Amino acid sequence: MTLLLIVLLPLFGALVPLATERYGRNICAWSACIAPLISLGLLISHLPRVLAGETLRYHREWLPSLGLDLSLRLDGLGLMFALLITGIGLLVLLYARYYLSSKDSLGKLYALLQIFMLAMLGIVLSDNILLMLVFWELTSLSSFLLIGYWSHQSAARKGARMALAITGAGGLCLLAGALLLGHIVGSFNLGDILAAGDQIRAHSLYPITLILVLLGAFTKSAQFPFHFWLPHAMSAPTPVSAYLHSATMVKAGVFLLARLYPALAGTEMWFFLVSFTGLATMVYAAYTALFKHDLKGLLAYSTISHLGLITLLFGFSTELAAAAAVFHIINHATFKASLFMAAGIIDHETGTRDMRKLNGLWKYMPYTALLAMVASAAMAGVPLLNGFLSKEMFFAESLHLEYMGAWGWVMPVLATLGALFSVAYSWRFIHDVFFNGEPVDLPKYPPHEPPRFMKVPVEMLVVLCLLVGIFPHFTVEPFMHAAASAVLGHEMPEYHLALWHGFNLPLLMSGIALAGGLLLYSQRKGLFAFYERKFRSDEKLVFEARVQRSVRLAQWVTDRLENGSLQRYMALFVGSALVVGTVGMWPLAEWTGSRALTPVDPVSLIAAGLLIVGSFGTVLIHHNRFAALLLLSVVGLVVSLTFIRFSAPDLALTQISVEAVTIVLLMLALYFLPQLTPNESGPKRVVRDVALSGAAGAGVGLLCWTVLTRPFTSISDYFLENSVSGGGGSNVVNVILVDFRGFDTLGEITVLALAAVGIYAMLHGLKLPLPNADGEGRRWAQDPHPPILSVMTRILLPLAIMVSLYIFLRGHNMPGGGFIAGLITSVALILQYISTGTEWMQQRLRWNYRKVAASGVMIATLTGLASWLFGYPFLTSTFTHVHWPVVGDFELASAMAFDVGVYVTVVGATMLILAHLGRLAQSTHEPPATNEKGEKI
Amino acid sequence: MMHLIALPVLLPLITGLLLLLMAGRKNFALNRAISLIGAGLLVLVAVLLFYTASSGVIQVYAMGDWAPPFGIVLVLDRLSAFMVLVTSVLAFFSIWYAASTMDHPAYNLNGLMHLLLMGINGAFLTGDLFNLFVCFEVLLLASYALLIQGDGPDRAKAALHYVVLNLAGSSLFLIAVATLYGITGTLNMADMAVKVAQLSEEEAPIVGAAALLFLVVFGLKAAAVPLYFWLPRAYSAASAPVAAMFAIMTKIGVYAIARMYTLIFGDQAGHLANLVQPWLWPLALVTLTLGFIGVLAGRTLRMQVSYLVIVSVGTLLAGLAIDTEASLSATFYYLAHSTWVCGALYLIVDLIRRQREDGSDELKSGPALPQATTLGILFFVAALSVAGMPPLSGFVGKVLLLNAVGTGYEAIWLWSLVLLSGLAAITALSRSGSTFFWRTSGGMAHTAKARAWPLAAAIGLLTTTPALALWGEPIIAYTDAMAEQLLNPEHYIQSVLRHTTVGG
Repeated sequence: MTLLLIVLLPLFGALVPLATERYGRNICAWSACIAPLISLGLLISHLPRVLAGETLRYHREWLPSLGLDLSLRLDGLGLMFALLITGIGLLVLLYARYYLSSKDSLGKLYALLQIFMLAMLGIVLSDNILLMLVFWELTSLSSFLLIGYWSHQSAARKGARMALAITGAGGLCLLAGALLLGHIVGSFNLGDILAAGDQIRAHSLYPITLILVLLGAFTKSAQFPFHFWLPHAMSAPTPVSAYLHSATMVKAGVFLLARLYPALAGTEMWFFLVSFTGLATMVYAAYTALFKHDLKGLLAYSTISHLGLITLLFGFSTELAAAAAVFHIINHATFKASLFMAAGIIDHETGTRDMRKLNGLWKYMPYTALLAMVASAAMAGVPLLNGFLSKEMFFAESLHLEYMGAWGWVMPVLATLGALFSVAYSWRFIHDVFFNGEPVDLPKYPPHEPPRFMKVPVEMLVVLCLLVGIFPHFTVEPFMHAAASAVLGHEMPEYHLALWHGFNLPLLMSGIALAGGLLLYSQRKGLFAFYERKFRSDEKLVFEARVQRSVRLAQWVTDRLENGSLQRYMALFVGSALVVGTVGMWPLAEWTGSRALTPVDPVSLIAAGLLIVGSFGTVLIHHNRFAALLLLSVVGLVVSLTFIRFSAPDLALTQISVEAVTIVLLMLALYFLPQLTPNESGPKRVVRDVALSGAAGAGVGLLCWTVLTRPFTSISDYFLENSVSGGGGSNVVNVILVDFRGFDTLGEITVLALAAVGIYAMLHGLKLPLPNADGEGRRWAQDPHPPILSVMTRILLPLAIMVSLYIFLRGHNMPGGGFIAGLITSVALILQYISTGTEWMQQRLRWNYRKVAASGVMIATLTGLASWLFGYPFLTSTFTHVHWPVVGDFELASAMAFDVGVYVTVVGATMLILAHLGRLAQSTHEPPATNEKGEKI
Repeated sequence: MMHLIALPVLLPLITGLLLLLMAGRKNFALNRAISLIGAGLLVLVAVLLFYTASSGVIQVYAMGDWAPPFGIVLVLDRLSAFMVLVTSVLAFFSIWYAASTMDHPAYNLNGLMHLLLMGINGAFLTGDLFNLFVCFEVLLLASYALLIQGDGPDRAKAALHYVVLNLAGSSLFLIAVATLYGITGTLNMADMAVKVAQLSEEEAPIVGAAALLFLVVFGLKAAAVPLYFWLPRAYSAASAPVAAMFAIMTKIGVYAIARMYTLIFGDQAGHLANLVQPWLWPLALVTLTLGFIGVLAGRTLRMQVSYLVIVSVGTLLAGLAIDTEASLSATFYYLAHSTWVCGALYLIVDLIRRQREDGSDELKSGPALPQATTLGILFFVAALSVAGMPPLSGFVGKVLLLNAVGTGYEAIWLWSLVLLSGLAAITALSRSGSTFFWRTSGGMAHTAKARAWPLAAAIGLLTTTPALALWGEPIIAYTDAMAEQLLNPEHYIQSVLRHTTVGG
């Protein structure tokens, strides 16, 4: 449980400073330190047990079916890292208090730093690689926010995005690698994976797994060729750089190498991939560091180089090399964090980090200079300092590598070369900044020592460098022993850290590096000029250009595909249907089924001919919209006749009335559009469209043919049998509509009401330029409402309504019903609108048609709900016979109430459409003078 | 209570009708209250149904008390209950946002949202193929009416494309359903499964063609390649709560594919067993690829989100194509995640847009937003989740799916594309986030801060993503059982066909 507490305390620590920020910076800083202090204390309390070789564990299930559990472990390696993370973290918190100017929010920085601390602690204490991955990504994300802390600077924003892209991509590779590991081992538990090293290495997926995991580690630890994001992350405030880019985040990559060492290391592939990447990084970055004029740039490349060194050591795959790697992780964290802080102090006090301006600071800030010089010497590997010890071990290990064979000399030579560059840039850091004449154009002049407490963290780290360097045996050895044992997976062989091993080859290499480095630095002027000519390129610009290019490419692709052409989308749709339909039908042996064909009579033949002519004609003359519409109505009429021919009077009635209503409405709509459709398709597209639609039409025809020529048994017999007994009506079509499948009808009238509301929303407040003449310039008639028509229609109205009522009432047993009756009523009302105009009608019929349509659906719904009262499902119908005087026996079915709903909806919806289309036209027939603009309400 | 199954359809219907009947009132307070109460009750119903279904029982509700296969049935199984719950949670927050930000008296936005819900829930619950068509019509008309709300030629054009294509889709649906009916003589899905399994070799290709035509219909709804082109502009043009609500619309297509090709054309379908899976796989991968290319290309934030919707569709279809218990379970976990987080993103983008001085979500710098910190955090969390970063639900969903594909040839494709799409999302969203929140110029924008209610709606919807991850285990257990139920449809078929009506 305390393990969980150690990890989660920084979360609490992230919230506290946000709350205490208003009470001043000191209180904010101290309160921010409470949580990490407790974490550190808890870690120290576990120290004896872990150093004795015990591994502490915590386990709690989270997503066991995913293999992701909340399991933590504290062993030597985790402890070492956790101490670094919390310890240096605390120093950074203290340092940031003095570093940050009062303009910037201290609370925000503290919160982000502690979230980052949480993520790092999570990585090093995870006992489940998926859980580790969760924290791994969390470090990328929190570092994104930390690098972009000064978001007003373009460099910070770009640096942050670049870091996120690279480490995020690495994280995804690592995710894939982790999943593969889980697949090979059958568990994501770290203990299981570490124990299954032989199994993993022997597996056929080992190479790809290794590459993916290494990609994750290398991107995070800024190894060549993924190193370029790290220098640009230096746009972050210096405390962030000191923390993320020296002690912690970049160490996550090498931590991963250490953690998975027993599972993945020990093959030739591991040796070559890891050590050569490390070697290339170490030498290249050390070389580049020398040429960086920015203090933090120099430190950044130096960090990359040292990470390369650590990677290289892990690549060596020997027990002592792994121990040396662990040792160097500690050493690098201490001296590099102190150097970053020193650089921050210099920046803070002088206002610049450019080493071409910073000279001779020894005079102004001797105490800081001394601290920086000791740390820098540790970085160079000068004896009596910690850097020297690990570098000696490194040299010693580079001398005997089994995999290199005859090329064994390459490694020590390049190692020395790397160390030589390292000495050169370390010396440059000392000499350029603190000596080398007088400062040039400092933004803040004269510089002086920083506040007392700003130096405390640096002092503590520098003292640590010295202590470890002089008394390694008493200070660092137990930690290193425990950590290295954890890395190796077994007890570390006996080894003692000592300052003096006698005159040997490693010492000679150190000597060459020191002397050569100083020599190289003395030749710097020529070298700088050479470098400026050859190697100046800004990775940030390159990265940005790449992103821009891929965005442009993506835009090109997307614009090509999603080009906003409805014709193309339709063609794709029809084409898709054709393709799948053809493929589906392909195995069909016989087009024609076994069913006997009915004889063809002349009337049907003529009707079919008319249908074909109507359809083709519509397509052919579709540019002339009115004419096309008229031909289309022929199609509708023939369809109605077909229904009659095949004994479906209900359908025929419906079809005819729908036809009438839609044609009238379409006429109204077309009135607002140009009479002719302009020709927009080129000949190629016409060919394409004709081919596609022709093939699709033929396809549908064939499909119908195959289906209709085959014998058929269906559920329809049931409807015929149960219509009277169960539904109380002899008109099966109507009983299906209002009873058997009443739920469908409820849906369809909802659709109607929705259409009405939608059209209302669309037309509401719409202004359309109105034509007052037809396509050929003839003015519309001045007398829009001829009296004969209006008189006739007024007489017709009650008659029509009576007919519709009749049709409605007989619907359950004879052709008719709510839908048809509603349409007939609508036609009657539409006639009134046509003959007397919208305004006249509106004065007399003050209905809100939206509400009419909605109440229709409501009536139908409530009818359906009524059956609940009797314990039956929704829409269960009942019927009875009543005796009415005069009229006689009369059947009353509950479905009729439902049908009333249908009727009302149909009337409401059609009238709404008409009224709103009509209202657009209100001003059309007014004198031309007021109609100049061609607009209306 | 046996009527509970019908409530996800009837409750929004009645709420929607009430709102339409009250349209035009000057005082919105009552409208909003009714709308919100309706949506809240729906969540309650959905939770109850979810609990009912989680025991594994399959409940059947015969409309009009007509025994299946003759009448229309609603069927509650794990899948339909899950979809209804996902929908109702999304709807609750979208309607909350709609009720607290907008509703022109003319537009009936709230009423239409509820009627849309009726169609969606109906599509999930119905056990009848023609009724599925009717539900599709209801949701199509409602979504169209919602889409044209407001003005602007872009919106009108996008809405026109949407409705024309979908009407073509409806026609094809009818052709396909008529073909199926013409051969099998039934519309009940369970009954049809039985009939399809008994098809002769001679007739099978006709039904097979119809089954594939359905893939086109559902592919259009789901926005799969090559039928997704209508989506980006339509969704980007819609008003925020509508766009958020639309996050479920593509999933209706995904649901329909899952249902139809496991129940009717699954393992037991004789000659036609698993006939679409070979099609789904390449379609899914291409959709995924073009989706993340589109995310990178997005010129506005809403366009990016719309393409993220397409990425999620590709991912889901890939899960369906693999067609194992593990993959289906992962698919539906991911479905819940992507629906909710994409919905939340649309709401958040709208909050951002309202605080920009020019009111646009174009990717260009402008004055700082008055509530940059709050909105920044919301955007950050949503972006992480949608990109599949841990520890949010997107990560869990992706890992589940990647684990489900195994390690064969297919895995290489899926792994690289899914991970690449994550990277594309990170790159694109970090670019837009940095533009909106960091690259500010010209002081503070003179726009109003978001009010508490809409903000709370967006936050509420967004909290589903950590919740899905934190309490993922019971949800995964549910989707596991759901996938098992889906791949063994005998229980479903028997439950429907042996259903006895109240009247006997």
